[in-house]
Amino acid sequence: MTDESGDVGEDGAGPREQDSRGPLSDMRTTVREYTDRITEWMGERSRWKADALVVLSALVLVYALITLLAYGQGLDMNGIVNTLVRLTFLMAAYGLLVLALNLHWGYAGLFNIGVAGFMSVAVFTLAFVSGGQGVGLGYPIWVGMIAGMVAAAALGLLAALPALRLRADYFAIVTLGIAEIVRFTVKSDWVDDHRVLGREVGLGAGSSIQVPSAQEYVFKLFTEDGTSRADPTFVGAQLFELGSWFGIDRPTVMSAGYALLLVVAVLLAYVLLSRIAYSPFGRVLKAIREDEGAAQALGKPTSRIKIYSFVLGCALMGLGGMLWQASRFTVAADAFMPIVTFYIFVALIVGGSGSNAGSIVGGIAFVGLLLQGPRMLPRVINEQWESVPEGTNTIYEAVTALGGADIMPLIGYSIANIDLLQRLFVGVVLILLMLYRPDGLLGHRKEVAAATDLSRPEGETDD
Amino acid sequence: MEASDVRRTLSRLRVEQVLGAIVAVLLLYLVVDLLRQLVTGTLSASTLQQYLWRGIVVGLIYGLAGIGLSMTYSILRFANFSHGDLLTTGMFSGWSAAYVIAGFGAYNLGNLLLVRPNNDPTPGAVGMAIDSQPVAILGGIVVAALFTVAIALAADRLVYRRLRKQSSIALLIASVGVAFVLRYLIAFVFTRSNRAVPASAPETTLDLGIASTTVNLHEMTLVVSAIVLMVGVHLMLQHTKLGTSMRAMADNRDLAKITGIPTERVVLATWVIGAALAGIAGYLIVLNTGTITYTRGWTLLLPVFAGVILGGIGSVYGAILGGLIIGIVDEVAIIWLPNEMTMAAAFLLMIFILIFRPQGLLGGVETA
Amino acid sequence: MTESPADGVTDASTDPESGASSSDPSPAGWGDGDAVLEIDGLQKQFGGITAVDGVSFDVEQGSITGLIGPNGAGKSTTFDLVTGFTRADAGSVRFDGRDVTGLRPHQIAQAGLVRTFQITREFPDMTVLENLMTAPPDQRGESLARSVLPGTRRGVIEQERELVDTVWETLDLFEIDHLAEEYARSLSGGQRKLLELARAFLTEPELLLLDEPMAGVNPTLEEKLLDRIHDLRAEGYTFLLVEHDMDLIMEHCDRVVVMHQGAVLAEGEPEEIRDNERVIEAYLGGNV
Repeated sequence: MTDESGDVGEDGAGPREQDSRGPLSDMRTTVREYTDRITEWMGERSRWKADALVVLSALVLVYALITLLAYGQGLDMNGIVNTLVRLTFLMAAYGLLVLALNLHWGYAGLFNIGVAGFMSVAVFTLAFVSGGQGVGLGYPIWVGMIAGMVAAAALGLLAALPALRLRADYFAIVTLGIAEIVRFTVKSDWVDDHRVLGREVGLGAGSSIQVPSAQEYVFKLFTEDGTSRADPTFVGAQLFELGSWFGIDRPTVMSAGYALLLVVAVLLAYVLLSRIAYSPFGRVLKAIREDEGAAQALGKPTSRIKIYSFVLGCALMGLGGMLWQASRFTVAADAFMPIVTFYIFVALIVGGSGSNAGSIVGGIAFVGLLLQGPRMLPRVINEQWESVPEGTNTIYEAVTALGGADIMPLIGYSIANIDLLQRLFVGVVLILLMLYRPDGLLGHRKEVAAATDLSRPEGETDD
Repeated sequence: MEASDVRRTLSRLRVEQVLGAIVAVLLLYLVVDLLRQLVTGTLSASTLQQYLWRGIVVGLIYGLAGIGLSMTYSILRFANFSHGDLLTTGMFSGWSAAYVIAGFGAYNLGNLLLVRPNNDPTPGAVGMAIDSQPVAILGGIVVAALFTVAIALAADRLVYRRLRKQSSIALLIASVGVAFVLRYLIAFVFTRSNRAVPASAPETTLDLGIASTTVNLHEMTLVVSAIVLMVGVHLMLQHTKLGTSMRAMADNRDLAKITGIPTERVVLATWVIGAALAGIAGYLIVLNTGTITYTRGWTLLLPVFAGVILGGIGSVYGAILGGLIIGIVDEVAIIWLPNEMTMAAAFLLMIFILIFRPQGLLGGVETA
Repeated sequence: MTESPADGVTDASTDPESGASSSDPSPAGWGDGDAVLEIDGLQKQFGGITAVDGVSFDVEQGSITGLIGPNGAGKSTTFDLVTGFTRADAGSVRFDGRDVTGLRPHQIAQAGLVRTFQITREFPDMTVLENLMTAPPDQRGESLARSVLPGTRRGVIEQERELVDTVWETLDLFEIDHLAEEYARSLSGGQRKLLELARAFLTEPELLLLDEPMAGVNPTLEEKLLDRIHDLRAEGYTFLLVEHDMDLIMEHCDRVVVMHQGAVLAEGEPEEIRDNERVIEAYLGGNV
C-alpha cells in the first residue's frame, strides 16, 4: 500500500506534462484499451449479470488485499475472518448510502451534501421511537426503523419543496446547512432538556445515547439473549459448529450475520434502484439532470419527479444511517460530521456517478482501499519489521533527524499519524479523479434508461 | 440546469410567499421583543452593547474571509470548499512566524515553528501580545498573507487551472479534495492538538472625555487591521484598472460569460487578494478566540458562506455586510436562543436568503 | 417547393386569408377562423425594460405560421410566454379554446402545445434512443410506483416495447436511425436540430412552436426538414416558427406575423408582408 500511495503522489506531480508520451501515459493508454475491451465484453452480458460480475471482481480484489494485510498483521484465522466481516459490514453500509446518493446526484443531478443530516435524523428518530428507559417510546424496532426512514424522508421533503429549484451549488450549500443545523440541534443541551410527548427526547447533547439496533435481533437468531456467551439457538448451534471447524469464534459468526443483513439491504436497494434506473421514471430523471427545461418542454412534471426521487433517496440514507450507526448501540451527534457525507461522495465518484453497480463498486473500493486498508498498515509494519522505528513527538524532530540521514523517525511519525495521511490520501485521490477520470471507474458504461431492449425491433426492414 | 432556467421555469409557489411573510412577522416580533426586554430591564443596554460589539468583531472576520470566497465564486465561478482551509493555512503559518520572531534563540525552534505543539513555551513567557511583541504579531499577519497566497496559487496551478473549462460542480468537488489535502497536511505537520496561542489580551482604558471605556487591545488590532484591509480592497477595486475589470466580472456574471474565461491576470489577482485576506482573517481570529486547531477554518467555512450569500454573491461589499450580519446574529441571538443554537439560526437565515432572495441583499446592485 | 396552403389539410378546409383577426375574442368555437392558438395582449417587462408589449395574434389550425422580426423584437420572449417558460405580466393565451395562461411549461406541453429551442437542448449524456424514448406522453412507467412494483412493471415493459416501435419509425422518418446508439452530445448541429424536432413530434403535439429550426443547418438538411414539416402539416399538425431567413418564411409560410419592439407590427400573407412599408422600414432600421 505504501508503494501505491507513492505512485499516486508521483502521478500528482506528473500531470504538468500531461500530453507528453511518458511511460505513464503509455500505461494509461494500455489500461484504457483493456478497460474498453472489458466494457465491450460486458456489454454483451445481460445487465444484472454484468453488474454482478463487476461487483464480485471488485470484491474479490479488495478481499484479497485485505486478507493479505490481515495476514501481515499476524492475525489468526479468526482474526482475518473478523477483519473481513467488519470490512464487509462497512462496505455494505457505504454501498447502501452511495446507492442512495447516486439516485440524487447520479440520476436526478441533485447535489446533496447533507447526507449525514438525513442519516442522523433517522437514527435519532429510531432512538426516540424504539428506545426504552426514559429515552424513547419503546415501540418495536421495526416501527422505529420505519419512523426513522419517514423522518429522513420528511426532512428531505421539507428541504426539497423550496430548494429544488436552486442551482446545483446553492442546493449543495443548503443541504450542508441543513445537516449542520440538525447536528447542532441534536448537540444542544437546551433541546435535550425538553420533553416531547412526555418523554425525554434523549438526544444526548454531545454525549452518546443508547440506540436500539437491528443487530440485537440478528444476534438473537444465534443465541438466546443475543450475547455470545448465552446458550445458542438451533440455528446458532449449527453455525457456531461450522465456524469452529475453521477456528472462527462465536462473536465473529454473529457479526457475519449482521453484515449479511446489510448485504441483503444493499441487494434490495440495488434491485429497487435498478428498476428505477431502467424505467421511464429513471429516464425522465436522467433527462432532468441533463436539461430540466427541455424535459419540461416535453411535458414532464419535473418538480414532482425530482421531489419523489429526492425523498426516496433521503429515506434510503436514513435506512443506511440506522443500519450503520445504530449497530454500535450508542450514538452521538458527532458521528454525523460533514466528513461522513464527503466520504460517501468520494465513494460515489470513485465508482462513477450515474451507475448503480458503480455505486456499489465505489463503496467497496473506497472502504477497502482508501479507508480501512491504509489504517491497517501500521500494525502490518509493526508485525513485519523487527525494530519498528520510534515515532517522534512532532514532525520537527523527525525532520531534523533527516539532517543526520536518519529517516526512521519520520517513518515512525508517519506511522503514528497514519489516519491523517489516510485522509490526506482521500483528498489526493479525489483531486486526481476529477482531473483524470471524472466519470469514475464505471462512469463510462452505457446504462440505457429503459425497461426493455431499445434496439430495432425484429422483422422491421431497414431502409 | 442553468440557474435562470430553473428560476424561470418554476414559477414561485404561493406557499413560499406565505413563508416569507411569516419570516417578516417573526423578525418584527424579535425587534419588538428586544425593545420590550430593554425597557423592562430584562436585558441591560450594556449587555446588548457587548453582544453587538462581539458580533461586529467576529463579523469583520467573516467579512474579510468572505471577500475572497465571493470573488472566487463570481470570477472563477465555483464554490470553493477549500477556502476555510486557506484560513487554517494562514492561522498556522502566521502564528508560526509570530512565534519564531518573538522567541527565536530563547526557545526550542521546533516548538516555535510548530506553534507549541507540546504546550511549551507558554504564550505568556514568549510575550505573545500586541503590546509586548508588536513586531511579531504584525509580522505574523504579513507571513500569513504571503504563505496563504503561495498555497492558493499552487492549488490553482496544480488543480483548478486544469479544470477551468469544466463545470462549476467539477471544480467544487476538486476543491473538496484540496480542502482535505490542506487540512490533513496541516494536522500532520502541526499535530492535531488544540492549544492556546496568544497571551491574554492586554487592556487599556480609553478616556473619551465624557466617559472612559476599557478596550481589549487584541480586539482593537483585529478591528483596525480588518477595516484597513477592507478600505484597501475598496480603493484597489475603485481606483485601479485591474480592480475595474475584476469588479465588472464579479458584478455581472453575464458579462463574464460573454467575455469568456477570465484572463489569467484577473485569476491571479483573485487568488492573491482572496487568499491573502483569508490567511489574515484566519490569523486574526486566533487573536479573538485565543486557540488554534486544524479544523477551525473548516468550521468557519459555512458561516463565511452564509455571510457571502446573505450579502449577495459577487459583491465584495455584500460579503462584508453579510459577514457582519451573520456575526451579529450569531452573538445577539443568544438573547432568545441557547448558546449552541445561535449558529443554527444563522444558517437558517442563510437558507431562507438562498430560497427567497438568491441574489442576496446587495446582489444586483451595482457596486460601482 | 411551394405548396398550396390548403393542400392536403385533412381538417375543415381553412382559408388562411379569412383568418380571425387578433382582436376577435370569440371563445373556443370551431367557427370560421379555427384558430388553434389565440394570443391576446401579452405583456412582459424585465427590470423596467418592456420586452413584449401587448402582443396579440392567432395561429390557424393546420397552418404554417411564421413569426419574424429584427433582433430584440421579442419573438423568443413571446415563445417563452406562450409556453409558460416565462410568466406574463398581462394578457392571455388560449389553446384549443382553453385558457392556458399561467400554466406550468409541462402542463402546456401536455395540452399539445410543444416547443423547441433556439439553441438545441438535447439531453447530451443520453443516447439518441433515450432522448426519443423520453418524449412520448402518458408513459405508465413515469409513475415511480408502477416502475418499481412487481405486478405493474409488466405493463410498463409492454408499453416500452410499443414505444420502441414508434421511436424507430420516427428515427427512420427523420433519417437519423444510423445515430440511434450515439450519445446526443456527439451529434452535429444539424443532427441535433433533427433530433430535437423528432423528439418534439413524439410528444404527439397539436401545435409545434419551432424557434429558428433552420439556424446552423446545412441546405440539404434544411430542405429535408422543410419537407418533413410540410408532410406533417399535411397530416394536420400546426406550426408556428420563428425564423430569421426571410426567403424561407416567404416561401413556406401560409401566414406571417411581424414583430417589432415587442409588439405586432403587421400580419398577413407573405405577399402582403413583403410589400408592407412599415415592415421594410423596421427591418432596415433594425439593420442599421
